[in-house]
Amino acid sequence: MKKCEYQQIDPRALPTPTPPHHRGDDDGGGGGKSDELKRPRRKWEVFPGKNRFYCGGRIIVARQSGVLPLTLGLILVTSGLFFMFDCPFLVKHLTSCIPVVGGVLFVFVVITLLQTSFTDPGILPRATPDEAADIEKQIDNTGNASYRPPPRTKEVLINQQVVKLKYCFTCKMFRPPRTSHCSLCDNCVERFDHHCPWVGNCVGKRNYRFFYTFIVSLSFLTAFIFGCVTTHLALRAQGGKGLVFALQESPGSAVELVICFFSVWSILGLSGFHTYLVASNLTTNEDIKGSWSGKSGEDVTNPYSHKNIFINCCYVLCGPLPPSLIDRRGFLPADESAQTSGADIEVPTVATKSEINVVGGSSQLVNGTQEAPSPVPALPNSHHDSSSA
Amino acid sequence: MRQQAAVAAKVFIQRDYTNGTVCQFQTKFPSELETRLDKQQFEETVRTLNNLYAEAEKLGSQSYIEGCLACLTAYTVFLCMETHYEKVLKKITKYIQEQNDKIYAPRGLLLTDPIERGLRVIEVTIFEDRSLTR
Repeated sequence: MKKCEYQQIDPRALPTPTPPHHRGDDDGGGGGKSDELKRPRRKWEVFPGKNRFYCGGRIIVARQSGVLPLTLGLILVTSGLFFMFDCPFLVKHLTSCIPVVGGVLFVFVVITLLQTSFTDPGILPRATPDEAADIEKQIDNTGNASYRPPPRTKEVLINQQVVKLKYCFTCKMFRPPRTSHCSLCDNCVERFDHHCPWVGNCVGKRNYRFFYTFIVSLSFLTAFIFGCVTTHLALRAQGGKGLVFALQESPGSAVELVICFFSVWSILGLSGFHTYLVASNLTTNEDIKGSWSGKSGEDVTNPYSHKNIFINCCYVLCGPLPPSLIDRRGFLPADESAQTSGADIEVPTVATKSEINVVGGSSQLVNGTQEAPSPVPALPNSHHDSSSA
Repeated sequence: MRQQAAVAAKVFIQRDYTNGTVCQFQTKFPSELETRLDKQQFEETVRTLNNLYAEAEKLGSQSYIEGCLACLTAYTVFLCMETHYEKVLKKITKYIQEQNDKIYAPRGLLLTDPIERGLRVIEVTIFEDRSLTR
């Protein structure tokens, strides 16, 4: 009668996946060999999406920066002209608070713009091959891989509302609710709002509050500069001197006037729209598609809303900020070839297949291995080598 | 002498979306683990993990204060401060290591921290029963 005995496995002996905050631990032992050949690579270097990384993976942007340089340029030029031309006059004739307020708004705008552009919007790492295989098994798809099968969906019940989850063929997983795949960045992004070309990045769960603060402070800044320039020109044109004279005296103000006049309406409109979205806990994506507006006559409500404007606002803007899931600066395990991110456990799988063949193939070989008194090395790879020798 | 084992199978515990987008995992006991693990033990582990994730995403006074302070400083505090969420994630990593050492490793199983899989699944690796090869 065979007795099932489970032998204690020392978890530290196995190629455990390195937790995000303990980078480099595995590389001390297993990475030694490849260190001599090449330096250990970080996960951002093999990231499968269409993103670019700077500062060793700390900064992430979309492949196409869109019109981010234009956005930044417009803001810097307009604010620069404001501080150079309008502030001296207004400080003399009105109050010195004006440059202070302008300065604070300008700093807010630039910082939040850079944060929106350079932060991970909530990218979901792609499924590991094991996960993808497990999902395939569950779907029981018998078609071959050369054509795309019909879209796969899964229905879940969220707060008594039926929500369809779609399968993402690129990331090989069922997208969580509110997640969408951005074709420009080639990533699934959580709570996907939209891909903003002005900011050069997707707007999603992790950077929506930065984006909202950016457009709100930008609308305040634009309106403030517009008001100040108008006041400045009005003051200069006093005494019958006329607007043309005022514009000739301060040509920078003319430029600011044009830029602010044309942008203030769209930015104010955008801020208003996003304030509505925040208050109802919706994303631009859902609003455009009309997911919860009940267009088809069904009784649908937004299942994610807290049914209270104040709580919705607090949740979206001041709620907890989850960390980045893609672990850009984590190290790849040493003996891994080009992989999707986070696929540490793949190594034992590759060894497993050969391991199982060895074990299943011949019991004599296994017995031989068992009887050998030599200590067995930790990595399955090396065990395979010693058993086949 | 350190044992090393072959991976026999992997089980993936999927996310449970019935309460929305908060991070929760299904507590349904997978059939592949029936021979190795107690159902109560497994449910206890998953339930504790769910509670920890709920704590990370909780809309409490602390998260609001953190959020408001961040908003006032143009979110620059995030560059120097560890958020409440990250602190709880560290707690979760420690808990999983503890569970692996005490309960799962003696039974030939290994839990992978969900953060390694983008908070999509809890991956349970089932190692081969060495005694079967005797």
